[in-house]
Amino acid sequence: MLYYYTLNHPTSFILAKLLYNGVLMMAMSAISLLFFFLLMGNPVDKMGAFIGMVFLGGFSLSLVFGFLAAIAARAQQNAAVMAILGFPVIIPQVVLLMRLSSTAFSPLLNIPTPTVLLLLALDALVILLAVILFPFLWKD
Amino acid sequence: MTTCLLAYTFLAGLLGPVPRLPLLQETIRNLYFHVCMWFAMMILFTISVVHSIRYLRTLQPKFDRAARLYAGTGILFGLLGYSTGAIWASFTWADPNIPLLDSFSTIARDPKLIGAAVALLVYAAYMVLRDSINDIDKRARISAVYNVFAFVLLFPAIWILPRILPSLHPGNEGNPALDVKNDISAGMRIVFYPAVLGWTLLGVWITQLKIRLQTLVDKKFES
Repeated sequence: MLYYYTLNHPTSFILAKLLYNGVLMMAMSAISLLFFFLLMGNPVDKMGAFIGMVFLGGFSLSLVFGFLAAIAARAQQNAAVMAILGFPVIIPQVVLLMRLSSTAFSPLLNIPTPTVLLLLALDALVILLAVILFPFLWKD
Repeated sequence: MTTCLLAYTFLAGLLGPVPRLPLLQETIRNLYFHVCMWFAMMILFTISVVHSIRYLRTLQPKFDRAARLYAGTGILFGLLGYSTGAIWASFTWADPNIPLLDSFSTIARDPKLIGAAVALLVYAAYMVLRDSINDIDKRARISAVYNVFAFVLLFPAIWILPRILPSLHPGNEGNPALDVKNDISAGMRIVFYPAVLGWTLLGVWITQLKIRLQTLVDKKFES
């Protein structure tokens, strides 16, 4: 830990971690999406948009949980604390994603652009907060 | 001052003239209590976050103590807001022809109720996080970070989300309760604004007393 501390700047560390989490989560959701299609059929109407939403959702969730994992790791009681901390914070994003993805299944509904922009804004907010707050978690 | 304002709220709120709106009737008097509770809760949580930020900037334990106690009082006002809201809803939203508990399941799905529940859960999680860390400095720093993170992420979300989703709860257009034209009449506003102020000051007063007590306890513990 002390070695990391001498090696890196906290900002670059948290950005790298968030980026890694995001990419990993997008890859995992792509694989699981593929298996869902193979095993359970394809009810999706707007294919490209749905894949985009899956990536957006996975990326958003991994950003929030990436930062919460940092908090939970400092509290030294990982699994339970992280679930308690994460559940309320994640609900607004999950509600938005649910509404967004339900439009991809119906040929009648249009995809609401404000919701997508709101999710992107939330992602930007999480990254900004992580950059600002992580140095306080980092130094001991 | 708080006592005067609250005495005025109770007297004018229970006796003063109110417009008779369909469905609401006399229950509109609950506006002076229910809405004020949520205002007070949000203001107290905001004060708590400001203290957390000040703690992170200065690392003085008194700000951490204040942040924790303001959050605690905020949770109290949130619970009071829920109970007054439940009383109100049981007279206005609930279908009188079916048992109250059956209409509860449709009422409880309302996005605003969920948003408020999320806000209370965040601060419950804040308390859990605080108590799970033994080291005092570390506890103060980590919980301050979580407080800021959760507040900034959550409050835009609970202010924006309910305006997108359909809801039974009034206040979807414009600013809830502050809309001059539609929501409340001029006579009610004379009572409502002092009521908000009074309840908020009551919360601040309670918290100040708790902070003083906690400071003394900490001092005794140290010596």
